[in-house]
Amino acid sequence: MDLSKALEVATLSDKGMVRSHNEDAVFADAAAGVVILADGMGGYNAGEVASGMTTALLSSELAKSFAAREPDSVEADGRRWAQVALATEIARTNAAIHQAAQSQPQYAGMGTTLVTAVFHDNAVTVAHIGDSRLYRLRGEEFGAITRDHSLLQEQIDSGVITPEQARHSQNKNLVTRALGIDPAVEPEIRDYDVRPGDIYLLCSDGLNDMVEDDEIAMTLQALSANLEVCAMQLVQMANDNGGRDNVSVILVRVKEAFPAPSRGGWWARFLAWFKLAR
Amino acid sequence: MAKLILCMESLVLKEIPLNKERMTIGRKPHNDIQIDNLAISGEHAVVVTILNDSFLEDLHSTNGTFINGHAVEKHFLQNGDVIELGKYRLKYVNEVPQQQAAPADFEKTMVLRPDMARQTASQIENKVMGDTQVGLKLPPGGAAVPPPAPAAQAPAVPRAAIQIVSGANVGKELELTKTLTTLGKPGVQVAVIARRPQGYFITHVEGANFPIVSGVTLTANKPHPLKDHDIIELAGVKMEFFLKA
Repeated sequence: MDLSKALEVATLSDKGMVRSHNEDAVFADAAAGVVILADGMGGYNAGEVASGMTTALLSSELAKSFAAREPDSVEADGRRWAQVALATEIARTNAAIHQAAQSQPQYAGMGTTLVTAVFHDNAVTVAHIGDSRLYRLRGEEFGAITRDHSLLQEQIDSGVITPEQARHSQNKNLVTRALGIDPAVEPEIRDYDVRPGDIYLLCSDGLNDMVEDDEIAMTLQALSANLEVCAMQLVQMANDNGGRDNVSVILVRVKEAFPAPSRGGWWARFLAWFKLAR
Repeated sequence: MAKLILCMESLVLKEIPLNKERMTIGRKPHNDIQIDNLAISGEHAVVVTILNDSFLEDLHSTNGTFINGHAVEKHFLQNGDVIELGKYRLKYVNEVPQQQAAPADFEKTMVLRPDMARQTASQIENKVMGDTQVGLKLPPGGAAVPPPAPAAQAPAVPRAAIQIVSGANVGKELELTKTLTTLGKPGVQVAVIARRPQGYFITHVEGANFPIVSGVTLTANKPHPLKDHDIIELAGVKMEFFLKA
């Protein structure tokens, strides 16, 4: 099902002010409702290879999966096909990167973070690995939906350190999960409801390390009418604050509801619409 | 690596590198940092170091542990903190190294895994430096992961405002105090003024008509720098941009 009427998407990726090259990679397809962001790591240009492989492999394989079956169709075990396809294709991408890293010395140790979202049937399936994030602006409410797989987040969770203290920590940039490092990886995959007016932001840590969350929220609120300008402004704020890392953003604005056509008749859709409007 | 500098009455007694996950402080000889003074409890406090961060915990000492004059039970140490135990002072020093040859490399994201032993020695040396506490090998010399540099201080931007010079609200002034200020009518014509270290920039956000700045029509998605006394025409209203002395 073509979602280009329901979703507006903008992407921007920049190498920042310090780094010599950009190891982030982004992919977006509004019609398919698929967005992917990866932040690569590893020596020389291996980081770019890992993140580039991730967006290329994942986007083409997910396109095939969703051409075969609609993402919202339900599997025998009750899971949506979007979840199953994401888990399968992330595992395959991980294996491909890991194998390349093993077989070619210049790629040894390369890896990448990943955050990806698949929109379908008034919902979004989000998968992530590492510290690239998905944020959501819904009305006045803004916050991260994903929880970083990082040392700092683990310390916050276990109460070793408060979120306020974490901002002064010297232990940033240490992720506990990444794609391509091990033969297998465990992504975190979850479904969330989607409402018209929502704005989703996928970003690499080059944004959220340099720009405070409330500044990001303010920018999304002020510039929601023009996602291109909004993406430019976010990258610029990260760079104006030092731009110490590559910075990438994907913005998705939900223009209207997108219920699956297969689900119920016009009455069910009307009810769904009514629930959303409320 | 972070360290503690032990002083008594402004006399520096010794420097103690925090090279262990747990460094105990107390009067009894088995402590890592022994302070043989009756005001100090047998096991007085402990400093726990996780990579580049250190935490101080009081071990229910009789006379308590003070940091910068406040009694603490648990404290996340920041560079320059002074730990007071009786007459003794321990200054916590964790300086961010000056930017070196390849500054960017110091902040690269790294993967932290409990099973690092499986990696080749060269990979560990090049990529992951850490602490045995999380199952990683200490590299030769015991260097910890270089801490990130502090955010660059943004240079001061001169204050600026816009004043409406036509229409019903003539004379009304709006100071540009926020990073972003939106102008215009949503759904009709909106522009945004961004305050940046380099100055103020106006960008068209929405609407079929583009704002005109001192006779120049803006182009889509292209920020336009604002000069003192520029006239902005937007949604049928003229306003003047000016810098405040």
